[in-house]
Amino acid sequence: MGNPMPENPVLNRLRAQLGEAVVETHAHRGDVTVVVHPDRYHEAMRLLHDDPESDYDFMTDITCVDRLKLKLQPRFEVVVHLYSSRHNARIRVKTRPLSDTDPRVDSIVDIYPGANWPEREAYDMFGIRFNGHPDLRRILMYEEFVGHPLRKDYPVNKRQPRIPMRDIPDDRPGMMFV
Amino acid sequence: MADTTLNTAPPPWTLETTSEPGSRQHSMLLNIGPSHPAMHGVIRIITELDGENVLKAEIEIGYLHRGFEKDCEVVGWGQAFPYTDRLNYVSPLINNVCFAMGVEKLLDIHPTERCDYIRVIMSEVSRITDHLTCVAAGAMELGAMTAFIYLMKAREYLYGLVEEVTGARLTVSYLRVGGVKSDLPEGWLERLKEALPKVMDCVDEVDKLLTRNRIFFDRMKDVGVISAEDAWSLGFTGPVLRSTGMARDLRKDEPYLVYDQFDFDVPVGSVGDNYDRYLVRVEEMRQSVRILDQAMARIPGGPVQVDLTGRPLTGAEMVDVAKMGMTADLLLRQVRPDPTLEGADKAAIRNLNAPDRRAVLPPKEDTYGNIEGLMNHFMLIMEGEGIKPPPGEIYIANEAPNGELGFYMVSDGTGRAYRVHCRPPCYYLMQGMNRMIVGGMVADIVPTFGMINMIAGELDR
Repeated sequence: MGNPMPENPVLNRLRAQLGEAVVETHAHRGDVTVVVHPDRYHEAMRLLHDDPESDYDFMTDITCVDRLKLKLQPRFEVVVHLYSSRHNARIRVKTRPLSDTDPRVDSIVDIYPGANWPEREAYDMFGIRFNGHPDLRRILMYEEFVGHPLRKDYPVNKRQPRIPMRDIPDDRPGMMFV
Repeated sequence: MADTTLNTAPPPWTLETTSEPGSRQHSMLLNIGPSHPAMHGVIRIITELDGENVLKAEIEIGYLHRGFEKDCEVVGWGQAFPYTDRLNYVSPLINNVCFAMGVEKLLDIHPTERCDYIRVIMSEVSRITDHLTCVAAGAMELGAMTAFIYLMKAREYLYGLVEEVTGARLTVSYLRVGGVKSDLPEGWLERLKEALPKVMDCVDEVDKLLTRNRIFFDRMKDVGVISAEDAWSLGFTGPVLRSTGMARDLRKDEPYLVYDQFDFDVPVGSVGDNYDRYLVRVEEMRQSVRILDQAMARIPGGPVQVDLTGRPLTGAEMVDVAKMGMTADLLLRQVRPDPTLEGADKAAIRNLNAPDRRAVLPPKEDTYGNIEGLMNHFMLIMEGEGIKPPPGEIYIANEAPNGELGFYMVSDGTGRAYRVHCRPPCYYLMQGMNRMIVGGMVADIVPTFGMINMIAGELDR
């Protein structure tokens, strides 16, 4: 992944603001990518969103990569894709939560409201905890699911325990089922 | 309406009722779905109602989660295509196209121009089938059964054509990394040319039935409104975003394939309500026909007829010749293997697929005719081998009928994907549906949900 990085005003701006917190940049196959330190991740996203020179107003996608089998540290990598309608440009921002056992990064729901469900999905599938997320619950899996299925140490053919039937809570007397 | 004591196992939702139980204004919790005729696909909406007004809504997804992304890490790059068929199963060809383009970007290879045109044609046919289904189902849920039947008839013309090319109506798996499975059948473009006016006749008929229909208009107009700012910040794309007035279309903004060579318009709405979404979809079908007309006129050369001297060998004769060790001669001979043998048209395949042996299967004449072809074939098929993009990561996006369909792919250089992530357009639409139904009536959930055109296959993956 070592393509030389072309001059990019957005990255220069990020470097000026964050300094050492910009860990890595590359442009593999033309996709501009920047890796920032998790402590400054929220600040970087705020800058990318607010700064008129970058103006990344659209959050395309958030996901995560478990780098366990690549034998890279830290293990998890949160990947965000942004798009700027003014400059018609895309950027990929990555951050690597420091802890492998309890990976945490800041939530960006306050900057991009659309990040709500994708962050829930990253939590559901990888167990990344997003600080400040308003409603961090599983989304595709059910509450009783054990483990995080897209982690590399989760076997494909793993079975889940049967879960007991849930009762209808007593405090919901008026619940109607259609 | 079922008995409330049914053991339907509601999960621990966070919906807090806003009123005190026992008060005069006590609200009611109403559970809709996950299996409900109006929730086509499986999705659960828990609403809190005051009479017929929706006070709060909680949307729960995941009932059709099949582990698409995990599956992609298990099989090879080329074998993931059948899984992509099942994402948006109303326009599977577009998923195929996007996935193939992603792996090609990883490999940095490009199929021929004719192949790009075929991909555009198949994409636009799929877009029409998707919009037809959306409008048809949306109208049917409001009681317009006639419109549904007319549009399904129109879709049938196109599904028939898709079947001729791919061999299947829904589970097409037509694309390959670096190309397509096979060339368009003979005379297919003429048949498409004949079918399109028939399809558009149906659309025009439904247009007359619905667009100025009092009942339909009243149910759709100013229902499920969302502002452009909200839609943009929530990650909306596609017709739902365009209904708010934002002319974002990846085919225009970031043209891929050969879309920059076509003349077409991006229809936008003004209010951002269900009626606008309906109008945008109908107009997009007309624009797709415009693209198709131009693509059919301009598609470059049919299969090159390789004029090789001598009588073409049959497959059996070729094997006999090869067994005698005269393989050098075979490279120059024209071979006619069994016509049912797929991929046995060397000329056509050369004309379509990227000339890259790392990703594209050799024509069957080579596989059966010479050792290089055979080895090439084995290296792409064998367990543990296959298409091996160099290590790297890419993001690729296509304009799917519902919006931006994206794939984020990470390769570690082996024959299997290290990570594939799909960005389904309706994931973000469903995330914002809350805002579109709260404050409205419970009956308006149905048309709003219909015009969002949620496809559970791509939503839950």
